[in-house]
Amino acid sequence: MTTLLTDMTISNLELAKLMGLSNLEYQHVCKNLERAPNHAELGIFAAMFSEHCSYKSSKPLFKRFPMTGKRVLQGPGENAGILDIGNGWAVAFKMESHNHPSFIEPYQGAATGVGGILRDIFTMGARPIASMNALCFGTLDFERTPAIVKGVVKGVGDYGNCVGVPTVAGQTLFHSCYNRNPLVNAFTMGILKTDEIYRGYAKGIGNIVVYVGAKTGRDGVHGATMSSKEFSTEKELERPTVQVGDPFTEKLLMEATLEAMRAGVIIGIQDMGAAGITSSSFEMAHRAKTGLEIDLDNIPTREAGMSAYELLLSESQERMLLVTTPENVASLKRIYEKWDLHAEEIGIVVLGNRVKMMKQGELVVDLPVELVTEPLMADRPSSAPLDLKQRWFLDRNRMLVASLGSKFQCLMEELNFSSPEKLVSQFDSMVGNRTVGQTFDDAAVLRIREIKDKEIRLAIKVDCNPRISWLWPREGGRRAVAECAINLAVRGAEPMGITDCLNFGSPENPEVMWQFSESIEGISEICDLLKIPVVSGNVSFYNETDGKPIYPTPMIGMVGIIEDSLPLPKSNFYSTQLEFALIGPPEGGLGGSLMASSWFKRECGQPEETNLALLERMLKFLPRLRKRKMAYSAHDISDGGLVCALLEMAFHSPFDCLGMDLNIPQGIDSDRFLFGETISRVIVAYDSVERGDIENTASQAGVMFTLLGQTDDTGLFKIKQGGTEVLSSQILELKSAWNQRWNNFFK
Amino acid sequence: MLKVGVITFPGSNCDDDAIDTLKNIGGFEVENLWHKDTPDLSSFSLIVLPGGFSYGDYLRCGAMAACSPIMEKVKTFASHGGFVIGICNGFQILCEAGLLPGALAKNLSLNFICRDVTLKITHDNTPWTCEIKSLEELTLPIAHGEGRFVIDEEGYQDLVKHQQIVMTYKNNPNGSLYDIAGICNKTKNVLGLMPHPERATELRTRDGLKIWSSLKTHLEKKV
Repeated sequence: MTTLLTDMTISNLELAKLMGLSNLEYQHVCKNLERAPNHAELGIFAAMFSEHCSYKSSKPLFKRFPMTGKRVLQGPGENAGILDIGNGWAVAFKMESHNHPSFIEPYQGAATGVGGILRDIFTMGARPIASMNALCFGTLDFERTPAIVKGVVKGVGDYGNCVGVPTVAGQTLFHSCYNRNPLVNAFTMGILKTDEIYRGYAKGIGNIVVYVGAKTGRDGVHGATMSSKEFSTEKELERPTVQVGDPFTEKLLMEATLEAMRAGVIIGIQDMGAAGITSSSFEMAHRAKTGLEIDLDNIPTREAGMSAYELLLSESQERMLLVTTPENVASLKRIYEKWDLHAEEIGIVVLGNRVKMMKQGELVVDLPVELVTEPLMADRPSSAPLDLKQRWFLDRNRMLVASLGSKFQCLMEELNFSSPEKLVSQFDSMVGNRTVGQTFDDAAVLRIREIKDKEIRLAIKVDCNPRISWLWPREGGRRAVAECAINLAVRGAEPMGITDCLNFGSPENPEVMWQFSESIEGISEICDLLKIPVVSGNVSFYNETDGKPIYPTPMIGMVGIIEDSLPLPKSNFYSTQLEFALIGPPEGGLGGSLMASSWFKRECGQPEETNLALLERMLKFLPRLRKRKMAYSAHDISDGGLVCALLEMAFHSPFDCLGMDLNIPQGIDSDRFLFGETISRVIVAYDSVERGDIENTASQAGVMFTLLGQTDDTGLFKIKQGGTEVLSSQILELKSAWNQRWNNFFK
Repeated sequence: MLKVGVITFPGSNCDDDAIDTLKNIGGFEVENLWHKDTPDLSSFSLIVLPGGFSYGDYLRCGAMAACSPIMEKVKTFASHGGFVIGICNGFQILCEAGLLPGALAKNLSLNFICRDVTLKITHDNTPWTCEIKSLEELTLPIAHGEGRFVIDEEGYQDLVKHQQIVMTYKNNPNGSLYDIAGICNKTKNVLGLMPHPERATELRTRDGLKIWSSLKTHLEKKV
């Protein structure tokens, strides 16, 4: 693409189109500027008007999100959202996608995704304390899948491990819709004092604009526009637009920046993410309603002879733009130098509303801030697919005639029911000494040791079910939020807020826009019910290859709080003498379940709608269970239904001889009982003497209690119906297959 | 109160954990030391080289940090009998600095490994293990990509002869020679280990405490 830019024979309009600007956008720019933009300016508009930076297709729909609440200190629009956790402390968190780069170059794509989200957090003044990731990969029939999985996992691990932020939880799933478009969504949470929040404001006329961190190179030039295009099979090798990560520099940048913040020598700060110095400078000026004058010659570069265009659009990693007072420049520089980093003065904050940039004494950019930061919104048509009702047909007869054994076996060969241990163990989940519990728990819990006089723990979870979202986007949105809330509640936490990472196909496709707006509606319904806000988020469109979009994947990251010092429940069978029960509806929906997808080799059936009233009751019941102060285990039922949830509890048991007896209650649809997936079904395991008390607690909360069976030391998983054994399987054998299913990726 | 110095190298990331554990759980007075400084260490009872990725593990793990200005002071301190512990990356730095024999290479699986491991304490006659019985098993977390201990045969025989192998893995996670997880120097005042005793005092196992309290008991006896 760079060669095209120096080709002076093409007209400005053609060039604008090549860069991704529409005819309308180009005319809008010329009319307001009263002249044609030059090459560098065109690059600025192309990047800032790209879907990735402008949110031009999605922003008009965000009004639906609840974004306020008593804990909200910072809502959407900044580097991260911030919630008050009491005692003078707050939590900053956000999730971001790095999908396109991770397909082109899995290792660097995933690594720089982690780097970017970490910077978003410490830019706000928060010390990152935990990360999660949501990874969606293609299936094994696509030859690149193993290499993508391996590269992404190593990239995520190497970056996070080196910076020293624990990766404590995640979601990994496989589906052929992600073959040529894997998703890498990275979440980070940090903590900060409520009165030490930093924002991206270029405030104070006469203040100095400072560049800190790594030098600028030609990597990632035009990354933002790449992420706003679909892939085609022929154009898989766009390697030069992928950035390269350096976690060591990031670690130094983080320590130096947090130290400079504590020293009070920073006024405003922003990460140079997508569209590099362009987006950071224009957005900081926009928020503060100021102008900037920047001398591009002062930008530290890795290579000689970089053009204004390249300097402006480079996405070299580990760089920040900040504003400080003239008096504090020297102390600021001293702090960065202590950490072997350079801080360069590159500009000044001025009165007015223009950003001007000079190169070799020439004015190369002179643009009004608003023209760049307030792009035309796109009016995208939206329409529901015509075949929705066909998708909802589930051939129940074909399941009913099959034996339980064959259905069970089908699920036991499912790639999506596998031990994530080989992946998880590559991430340092304990650095920071805050991680409470195990990586297989329903949600990760972190202690906040900064708060001395009260025990405060935060719980986090990331979730999305693309199968449900494809069949019924609104229900998919509901489920992603509801599932996170149940998982947090199982661990004893109260939901406080969410961040989202909305991964979709092309917004120019009306069906994708329909999926998008329906997902937002579903997410909002549950947030309204739980009275929790959406405080930050990210949209990733154009996740499609050759016109085939991925399943709608509205990934949700939720943060909750535990404000007592009671012990947390376990999530495994911690003894061979436990009784276990199902809390919630005995039957679950088969539409969109993992069982149905495995059995029919495609997504089918109408997902059961989340029962809001029941969800509310369940979220009241789970914390009450904890207040009883007796040891117990709790585990949410999701993918694969009751059977998979029970097996997970058994696989994580410390006893190799653990067995379990499961009784199918009378008069029940056994497929729906064993394999159905509906929100608000939770397994509880306890000592049998506790049964009466737990049953009472459930009945008071208005949730159903169904006794399921007992654990024993036979090593067998036995299912009985009406006193007859209908299935018996060796748990250790199942576990060994479950452990090895991902061996193709991690030898 | 016994004073401990925890050194921060660029890229150290378990320094805060060590400081927090030793101060709040270990009952030591703790001072954070910067690698570019060259303070007088004589008032310290223990110097900690924490885990992390000093200099990004670029070049070779621990190789650059071993040349930090403070390391000359640490060498002098150790040669006068001062107690030094290197955890994970700290162990790598101690090997690179020549304070401990051998080296740490990439895990056999080539992957980073983070999990709890069972360790066997080989000798209870060191200041670091005086409250632990020989052959007692401890559970501590590991988190490293390059923790495979290697040494030549002569060096190994030397370690055995001087009872320098302090702990071994029960199920070797990384391919370390002779399952070695932690060693000390001949005079037993310098310990290097890949597992993280500072991470195992409250939240997971509490076995890390046994190492800290062994050393504390030994130091208090000395005073």
